[in-house]
Amino acid sequence: MIGIVSYGTYIPKFRIRVEEIARIWGEDPEAIKNSLGVAEKSVPDLDEDTATMAVEAGREALQRAGIPPEKIGAIFVGSESHPYAVKPTATIVGEALGIGNYYYCADLEFACKAATAGMQLCYAMVKAGMIEYGMSIGSDTAQSRPGDALEYTAAAGASAILIGRDPIAEIEATVSYTSDTPDFWRRDLQPYPSHGGRFTGAPAYFRHVTSAAKKLMETCGYSEKDFDYAVFHQPNAKFPQRVARMLGFDEKKIADGMLVRAIGNTYSAASLLGLCGILDVAKPDQRILLVSFGSGAGSDAFAIRVTEKILSYPRSLRIWDKVKNCVYLDYALYLKHRRMIK
Amino acid sequence: MRVAIIGVGCTEFGELWEKSFRSIFLEAGIEALRDCGIEGKEIGAIYVGNMSGGKFIDQEHIAALIADHAGLAEFGIPAVRVENADASGGSAFRQAYMSVASGMHDVVIAAGVEKVTDSVDPMGVLSTSVDQEWERFVGANLPALYAIMARLHMHEFGTTEEDLAKIAVKNHKNAVHNPKAQFRKEISVEDVLSSEVIADPLKVLDCAPLSDGAAALILAKEEIARKLCDTPIFVEACTQASDYLALQCRKDLVTMGSVLKASKEAYRIARTEPREIDVAEVHDSFTIAEIMAYEDLGFAKKGEGAKLIREGETEIGGRIPVNPSGGLKACGHAVGATGIRQIVELVLQLRGEAGKRQVDAEKALALNVGGTGATAVVTILSR
Amino acid sequence: MVPRFWRKIRYRYDVIGSYCENCGSHYYPKRELCPKCRRKGKLRDEKFPDEGQVISYTIVNGRIIAMIELKNGARTLAEICSDKVEIGMRVKKAFRRYGEDGETGIIYYGTKFVPIC
Repeated sequence: MIGIVSYGTYIPKFRIRVEEIARIWGEDPEAIKNSLGVAEKSVPDLDEDTATMAVEAGREALQRAGIPPEKIGAIFVGSESHPYAVKPTATIVGEALGIGNYYYCADLEFACKAATAGMQLCYAMVKAGMIEYGMSIGSDTAQSRPGDALEYTAAAGASAILIGRDPIAEIEATVSYTSDTPDFWRRDLQPYPSHGGRFTGAPAYFRHVTSAAKKLMETCGYSEKDFDYAVFHQPNAKFPQRVARMLGFDEKKIADGMLVRAIGNTYSAASLLGLCGILDVAKPDQRILLVSFGSGAGSDAFAIRVTEKILSYPRSLRIWDKVKNCVYLDYALYLKHRRMIK
Repeated sequence: MRVAIIGVGCTEFGELWEKSFRSIFLEAGIEALRDCGIEGKEIGAIYVGNMSGGKFIDQEHIAALIADHAGLAEFGIPAVRVENADASGGSAFRQAYMSVASGMHDVVIAAGVEKVTDSVDPMGVLSTSVDQEWERFVGANLPALYAIMARLHMHEFGTTEEDLAKIAVKNHKNAVHNPKAQFRKEISVEDVLSSEVIADPLKVLDCAPLSDGAAALILAKEEIARKLCDTPIFVEACTQASDYLALQCRKDLVTMGSVLKASKEAYRIARTEPREIDVAEVHDSFTIAEIMAYEDLGFAKKGEGAKLIREGETEIGGRIPVNPSGGLKACGHAVGATGIRQIVELVLQLRGEAGKRQVDAEKALALNVGGTGATAVVTILSR
Repeated sequence: MVPRFWRKIRYRYDVIGSYCENCGSHYYPKRELCPKCRRKGKLRDEKFPDEGQVISYTIVNGRIIAMIELKNGARTLAEICSDKVEIGMRVKKAFRRYGEDGETGIIYYGTKFVPIC
């Protein structure tokens, strides 16, 4: 049995409220909160970035796994905001975790689904007998142009998933649906991303998430009744709610994974943080549907079945409790934290 | 062999825009030579204290430069720069002293010179005296490290920010009577407390300014000294000690181990007790440093340094006047020149040539410290 | 600063100091020679505790720099990521950016400390 052996998360403690951003641009905060289902988002500290958050999440996953660091045979870090355009974040994490020098390694980019792609790579390497454990980390300090709609949700966070045998949650199957769909992109050397507005909906997010989810369920012979939980990529609260309905999932099944409501869209970490929210409370034999989405575009779907081992896994520090500890910033401090003013 | 100081010279300390590195050394050196009436070619060697010609003015090999411009390269005089951060001057003095005491030379110059204002970030350069890998890297410059010592001293012994301010006030008051001092105006405790915070709890007026300046001493063996000079001032002891560079490696943050060791050794060699010292020049690069010096030199018990300043014991006219020249705070801190300037002042005091800041003194002590205390040089002089 | 930073990376990214097998002393930061045993000493790298408490501190350039005593008695100077600090405050390690070599140079990562709530 191969699957998730351990998981770790990191959310910076700073937040900015929708009201504060709307105040600057003269927009209606209630209308925005209603349309996005998000009231505030996380903001990194002045000395945090994708690498620092990836290390914190990775350290939590490693520490809770209780394995010697050298047994990790691969590290992949997926992000849209790697600190270097050339020089991997994953080696910084590898060094900080103290895993030695014999490991497979690369940084990945596939918008918000880079880290689930990393999970697939780790899964395959464990299955092939190439490694004993592999870690995939999604981490982002998402960028948004001031005044753009994305500013209300582009947030910061990291999640680390350790894959290996004898898991606390088995990966029963994984399927990907991919196409060349330019819904959201950032050209080289451009500071901010661009997007196709409403084009990011039906042709992008919904088409890929539903296609991957349906193919997965078809392959495994599952229906929505076979799943106790579902977690989808969450750029806002509305998209995952809608896609859950489209796939026939009850609202209750996605509630524990909707971290976007507390912290906004953490991009490469988003669907994984949602998964961790569910793993914090799931019971043995319960099944989770995880479907990520990365613009450009693609979705990775996973059928994950929780095992007995989760009962002896240290889950006392829950992510929904972690996100409660926060400090609110005004817009000027927010700009300083995002390094837009120096 | 007994060694005496027979000549002293010192420039004004301050922002000497019109004067260059080359000219200030010459000014101090010539004053010292005139003071004892000897010719330059009678000097056997030059020892120069200078923290960083390289970082302040992009010039290394400054001992050679100085020998050259002093006209002594003409005679091929041996010249060496001695560097121990801001204890460079005291360290140069000790090297000079040892060269005469050992019989190697008969007459030598011990000098110090620093040209700080030609650089854009003098405190940044002075901060190269701290551990670059483990202190500077985490954001601690020199004021920050003294602030950490101050905070703990306040926490453990009840020293207050007012106590620190009083050190600056005293030294400014003394400097009014020192024509070479950078700041010759009195300040109040309120002035210090309301000045901008540099590194909490230290404020701008808790920190000595970084200044241009040069000072020079002529040392001679006793036999020659007595021929050339009516009041040779004898070096009873000149000791030096080191300590771990990074504060985190020291045994006790509120004690400078190097000062303890060097002063104990100096008192032993000079057969003197702390209470027999009549006047002292100590290293007040930051006000807290003077309070710690009182304790580590044995003028006060550990933790009771603040008592001395509160009770006025270290004022001119007090039990043990400290920094009658105005100290680093009011005289200015010309880094490598400071250790020499301190001894110049004590020589003037012991000779009775200190004008309105005169202290009645037979025995004097100078303390020159490098960085946060990884080097300390203690010199005891007598008439 | 590239090679200088790189040589110390594992000692910056985590709290790793030296332990002398001869006399049992702990040193932080890491050393090449045991000051007590000198050539008789046998130093090896050791992972030091992640937690400690504040012995003293200052605030300079808007940052809190503190002397922290780790649980094994060794001391380290580090930035504390917090808006308040006091002597005796308990702290634990965090992985953060210490700075960068301008806009085009490398980024310096290292260990800072955060209050234990």
